[in-house]
Amino acid sequence: MRLGCPSFRLAAVCFLALAACKGGGGSGDTGASSGAQAKGPAKMGAALSMTGAAATYGQSQKNGLEAATEEVNGSNSLQGIKLELLVEDDATSKEQGINVFQRFINTDKVSVIIGPTLSTTATAADPLAQQAKVPVLAISNTSPTGITDIGDYIWRDSLTEAQVVPGAVKKAKAKIAFKSAAVLYGNDDVFTKAGYDVMKKALADENVTVVDTQTFAKPDRDFSAQLTAMKGKKPEILVISALADNAAAIVAQARQLGYAGPILGGNGFNSPGFIKNAGPAAEGVLVGTSWNSASTAPANQRFKELMQKRGANPDQFSAQAYSGVLIVAEAVRKAGYKTGRDDIKGGFAQVKDLDTPLGKFSFTQTRDAQHEPAVQQVKNGKFEIVE
Amino acid sequence: MWQQAINGVFLGAIYALFAVGYALVFGVLDILNLAHQAVFTLSAFVALAFVAEGNMPLAIALPVSLLAAGLIGIGLERVAFRPLRGRSDSNISGLISSLAAATILEAIALQIWGPDVHRFPQGTFPDKPLSFLGATVSALQLTIIAVSVVLMAALTTVLRATRLGRQIRAVAESPRAARILGVDVDRVIAWSFFLSSALGGAAGVLFGVAFNSVSPDMGRSVELKGLAVIILGGMGSIAGAVIAGFALGLLEVLTVVQLGSSWRDAISFGVLFLVLLVRPSGLLGKAAIREA
Repeated sequence: MRLGCPSFRLAAVCFLALAACKGGGGSGDTGASSGAQAKGPAKMGAALSMTGAAATYGQSQKNGLEAATEEVNGSNSLQGIKLELLVEDDATSKEQGINVFQRFINTDKVSVIIGPTLSTTATAADPLAQQAKVPVLAISNTSPTGITDIGDYIWRDSLTEAQVVPGAVKKAKAKIAFKSAAVLYGNDDVFTKAGYDVMKKALADENVTVVDTQTFAKPDRDFSAQLTAMKGKKPEILVISALADNAAAIVAQARQLGYAGPILGGNGFNSPGFIKNAGPAAEGVLVGTSWNSASTAPANQRFKELMQKRGANPDQFSAQAYSGVLIVAEAVRKAGYKTGRDDIKGGFAQVKDLDTPLGKFSFTQTRDAQHEPAVQQVKNGKFEIVE
Repeated sequence: MWQQAINGVFLGAIYALFAVGYALVFGVLDILNLAHQAVFTLSAFVALAFVAEGNMPLAIALPVSLLAAGLIGIGLERVAFRPLRGRSDSNISGLISSLAAATILEAIALQIWGPDVHRFPQGTFPDKPLSFLGATVSALQLTIIAVSVVLMAALTTVLRATRLGRQIRAVAESPRAARILGVDVDRVIAWSFFLSSALGGAAGVLFGVAFNSVSPDMGRSVELKGLAVIILGGMGSIAGAVIAGFALGLLEVLTVVQLGSSWRDAISFGVLFLVLLVRPSGLLGKAAIREA
């Protein structure tokens, strides 16, 4: 194994792979590398944005992960194997995300990494896990490209924008019949830019004319120039791809400038934080979502019950986090109750129609999530599913 | 277009108010006070604390945080600038020490308030949209433009018509000559910092209220703009900073309208670059503060 490093790899990659193999004698034969014992507890390292621009999501995700870990451990459904959850803050930054990944891989020797919160961070940190052959389960990365195509150790349970947005545009169009749209997106973030690409395509597919396209950057606070320009073109709907903090400010300023028409948001709007910060301006905003909060499936009811017990507001991010832990537990079961890094990776491939709050969950051939998306609208300060 | 002009004037008012403070200290000391943006941030937080936790109206919170910002400015001068004064390299070391002060103040804000974006409670200011020649202006925007103009006019009056103003101008001309003529130079410099920081603090509060967003890194979004404004206006010129502030606000909005928002910063700083090439002293030249 150590001598078998293919010569075409870069020296640095070879060195890293060596370092990763050193501890556990190779992953191929035992299926357990670097101290993740095949029968020991399943250590899950979660890299979440607890601070920084995406902190709104990180807290939700932590709640979901903790609730599910307690639920699985309490049910004793893994033949005595316990799930162990470690949460670290990636501070919404690539650099910190890489540090956290390195720590999980080399120091904590986790069986699986969950996260990181943002796609931007994932594009920087996931390659480390791929090189070290540590499976990663993304629970909120929605950029259609650049995540699971990093390699065969990268999986996700979050639907991509490409899976959610077209459905949302279609449903919104059926409901309010619009023919023209103006689009505003953040052009300095992988996720919001990817969201824009998908929106553009979805609008074209629905024969909607885009009358104006404007951009902003994450640190911006004033969006009135862009919004005024867009409003001037008299679009029948505003379509926005932004993170929750910017999204709240954008929607509030759009209403301030007297725009009264409908607004359709990307995945970044999917947070109670958005409604809280935008206040009354959020009313009526439409958002595509991976999580159908109104679903009466038992797995979803149980999830909502557990979140309420923790005093937390259930949202898409906690639902995806909660489901992520259920998926890891299922992977351990499918692997014959083993918790090595390759056991879990192999187990992921066999997860099929698992009951989660997101619905019946499977992975696609490309390790992306597969389940039914929904559309929701803000009504009286709450998201409600649009039937 | 008319609406965009109003957007530009509004943005420009905040840039100008922020930059005037920069220009004042630069005019007097020939030092760039890079901690100006940290004062901007802290002042917004002080106002937020009074409004959100003290349940006070903004009309009280604004002057209080202005005063607080001024006092922070005096402290800043005492700690970061005065010990270095008189050294041969005080321009560079002052720049570095103000950068250090900015980092420390930002870290303090981070410790107390955390990294998240904070907001003024709903209804802090009655947000009534008014129709004005076909454009929508909120009462808040008008108030902010008015407050900035009043504060900038007040500063000009202080510099022109008061004893302190004359002393500040004398020190700006030549600290040594001023001292010989009996001016307490240290006191005058401390006052300059007070005025400069109070104005920067006012800009911070208005910015926080206008965009309803207060966070420890909010100063960064105006820091470079403020520098651009004082360079554009002519280093140390108060009137230049005011004109350049409004010009930059309008230019940014115009870029968004004509070329698209992705070009905004590139164009703003491109123009700055051109001004530096064609008219290195800026729009109004350098000596303006002495004449005020």
